[in-house]
Amino acid sequence: MRKTVLTGKHFWYGNIAIAEGAIAAGCRFFAGYPITPASEIAEHISRRFPKIGGTFVQFEDELASIAAMLGASWAGAKPMTATSGPGFSLMQENIGLAVMMEIPIVIVNVQRGGPSTGLPTLTSQGDVMQTKWGSHGPYEIIALSPDSPQEAFNLTIRCFNLAEKYRVPVILLTSETVGHSAGKVVVPPQDEIELVQRKKPKVPPEEYLPYKPDEDLIPPMAHAGEGYTFTTTGLTHNEKGYPDTTAEAHEKLVRRLNDKIRKHLKDIVDVEEENMKDADIAVVSYGQVSRPAKKAVEMAREDGIKAGSIKLITIWPFAEHIIHRWAKQVKHFVVPELNYGQIYLEVKRESAGKAKTLLIPRMGGALITPAEIYREIKKVNEK
Amino acid sequence: MNEQPITEEKPELPPIDKWLRSERMPHIWCPGCGIGPTLHAWIRALDRVGIPKEKVVYVSGIGCCGRGSGYLDVDGFHTTHGRAIPFAIGLKLVKPELFVNVISGDGDLFSIGGNHFIHACRRNVDLLVICTNNFIYGMTGGQLAPTTLLGDRSTTSPYGNIEPSFNTPHLADASGAVYVSRWTSIHVRRLEKSMAEAMKMKGFRYIEVLSPCPVNYGRRNKLPGPDDIAEWFRQSSVIRNGANTSDVQIEKGKPLILGNFVKRVGKPTFYEVMKKLEERVKGQ
Repeated sequence: MRKTVLTGKHFWYGNIAIAEGAIAAGCRFFAGYPITPASEIAEHISRRFPKIGGTFVQFEDELASIAAMLGASWAGAKPMTATSGPGFSLMQENIGLAVMMEIPIVIVNVQRGGPSTGLPTLTSQGDVMQTKWGSHGPYEIIALSPDSPQEAFNLTIRCFNLAEKYRVPVILLTSETVGHSAGKVVVPPQDEIELVQRKKPKVPPEEYLPYKPDEDLIPPMAHAGEGYTFTTTGLTHNEKGYPDTTAEAHEKLVRRLNDKIRKHLKDIVDVEEENMKDADIAVVSYGQVSRPAKKAVEMAREDGIKAGSIKLITIWPFAEHIIHRWAKQVKHFVVPELNYGQIYLEVKRESAGKAKTLLIPRMGGALITPAEIYREIKKVNEK
Repeated sequence: MNEQPITEEKPELPPIDKWLRSERMPHIWCPGCGIGPTLHAWIRALDRVGIPKEKVVYVSGIGCCGRGSGYLDVDGFHTTHGRAIPFAIGLKLVKPELFVNVISGDGDLFSIGGNHFIHACRRNVDLLVICTNNFIYGMTGGQLAPTTLLGDRSTTSPYGNIEPSFNTPHLADASGAVYVSRWTSIHVRRLEKSMAEAMKMKGFRYIEVLSPCPVNYGRRNKLPGPDDIAEWFRQSSVIRNGANTSDVQIEKGKPLILGNFVKRVGKPTFYEVMKKLEERVKGQ
């Protein structure tokens, strides 16, 4: 009997941890297209899936990959793909369809330097805003960002759980640095891994309305071939799933698609706070940058500077209530990130009029060091 | 006064009614359109072969034909432009017991979705793909398609089309489809028979259905009447079953060659080879 969940201690690259996290989460459908620096995920899955009865397909492009995931999810699978900037750009249209049809899928974006072909083998956090706004129309999406192979494993499972619960595409927004650094990964016993499954209809087929939400704003999901004979469309639709392209129907539907995420902010948003109790300066970071950021905060504390760290684990929806709360206490937010200011804009928005926000930008390619962040903390402290 | 119990006689519904979401009628298609007869033939073929409703999945892309999935009372997926085939592949691989159909237009399948079409043929994915080829982008107002014939006028080729059109049966054949045929929406009996034949097979099956679009194709190409295109089909059609698909290019002023062109038996489907691989790997 082949082991499905590899319970035990491992020394894994982040990308391998993601592939194993997906398997542990019950993912048995992977559709993808080769791209650096994400390919190890597909390679690993292509070795593992035939042994555990999963379906792996390397498609002709990313457009087909994500479309196949949507079909697979409607058949009951928990699908995943892994890509990087250029491929993620190609997937945007069907991310919109997944939002509109409310299809649970997980997309791993191992970020590399952009725009365009950019830095295929080097790191970046340049796709933060694209993750939120890449497809057209007003919508909410969920994105999580890990800082280590262990967290990559854990968050991949959480991505599936959130996708299933909220019927929404969830993005694991990782990066080359995390994907290609090795670390200890502890895989718990299978029965200790908490898994969420999508809600199924409880009514007989003749009463089933595919887009009638429960009180939590999420409609139960029937699968193809279960006798519910439903129809679904990327067009604006009513509760029956029929096209209804009126302003009224659109208002009702799109509000709900957004609100089902916005109204569950506290359930979805996860942050890690350190040294924040008496902090005057908060370093807000995410992904791999949170590691040098935490180190910089330690260095500042050794110097007697009241610095603290807020690490965003959930990138989208943005942790606005958390920043809003700390903005009343701290004087400065410092935001180091591997782009020219993306999460910085969100922090600035939430802290406006209460605290100042400083960006430490790096366009990508290399990490920001603890010393560089520490230097900025010190400068801010002297102001 | 004695009250007589009222006995209301329900009108007898046509046999295809059980396949339709009648509450959604009238549909959006124009008079003279070939999509309706094509779907009618498909429904009758389903009944002829005896495929139960709950096993049938209808995946469509964007365009006039894309709307069909919402009119039929089966699991229907109206997806994005060009992506019906990969969507259907994902669904079929997870639930191989379902009968998955892609019914879409020529622009959807051969322009924006052309790459997916040839790769699905190559893999021999177990799908029935039906293309209603009306030579034009109907829904968006009559723009040029990769199937528009040389010299034809469209709203984006106002001086006449300078691009050669795809010979879609040849494309399917060369890419590895196991069943390839071409009929028109006026050859409903032969079309139904061909569909039924394809439904009994496994693998990538392709049927091209030439379909009139009087409003957005005929009107600009000297076939303005509601049945002018149908009349062109009737007068020009020549049935050549088993014809070499390289000889069936559609050209103006030449015969329209119809027929069941390709039938390859015994070629394993993508799912079957995938399962074989799984057995081999598990046995190691």
